[in-house]
Amino acid sequence: MKISIQINEGPYQHQASDTAYQFAKAAIAKGHEIFRVFFYHDGVDNASRFTIPPQDDRNVVNNWASLDIKNAEGEPELVVCVAAALRRGMLDEGEAGKNGIDGNNIHPAFRISGLGQLIEAGIQSDRLVVFGD
Amino acid sequence: MSTKKFMYLNRRAPYGSVYALESLEVVLIAAAFDQDVSLSFIDDGVYQLVEGQNPEGIGMKNFSKTFHALGDYDINQFYVSAESLEERGLSLDDLMPLVWEDEDDDWAEKPSIKVVSNVELTKILSEQDVCLSF
Repeated sequence: MKISIQINEGPYQHQASDTAYQFAKAAIAKGHEIFRVFFYHDGVDNASRFTIPPQDDRNVVNNWASLDIKNAEGEPELVVCVAAALRRGMLDEGEAGKNGIDGNNIHPAFRISGLGQLIEAGIQSDRLVVFGD
Repeated sequence: MSTKKFMYLNRRAPYGSVYALESLEVVLIAAAFDQDVSLSFIDDGVYQLVEGQNPEGIGMKNFSKTFHALGDYDINQFYVSAESLEERGLSLDDLMPLVWEDEDDDWAEKPSIKVVSNVELTKILSEQDVCLSF
């Protein structure tokens, strides 16, 4: 089955991202395809390459990166909503340049794109599963 | 691209958290994808449709006006939980008079909002292909 995931909450504050990760990992292990994971609301914070959790804790961002979810063109399918990301200070190199900001913090396993990617995921996938409050 | 039934389930008050505003942003994008879009409002989500919102005093933007524009994008199926309205002392008269123009009926203005029981809403939800919950 082709599955897409929407994550609405940030890491560590809320378990939604952890649960979604466990779900994605289990689905892949069962032979399903994760078409896209879309990070929305505070969920965009899951894409920060600057998180430093204590050594004895799980690393939520690296967990996502380890799933290596990509499309046929080799682009990451861990997609961060651009509007939600910008208002929360989550920037990739391109957005930082466009907005004159001297830094960027999106992990390379993720990419920034528009909300249309969420709708497209809903259209293309057999299931869209939403994680959050 | 195939057409699917998309439901946006709104459960939260318009201010106090960003879920309602960012839900509306998704709905606006969805309008461009030519899908069969419905919105439903339950729990505190019914407050999103209340007429006469004025959040100026708390420094927030009044985005409720955007709901009026959705009819022009063929988004005209708004289901509001009767129970959620009643629990909050609200009725249809307290909500914005959202309308859409029916091109098959000489562009007659028709109401977009339908108050339904939770039982009816359950049935409507079960008929959807994609349900996004905010």
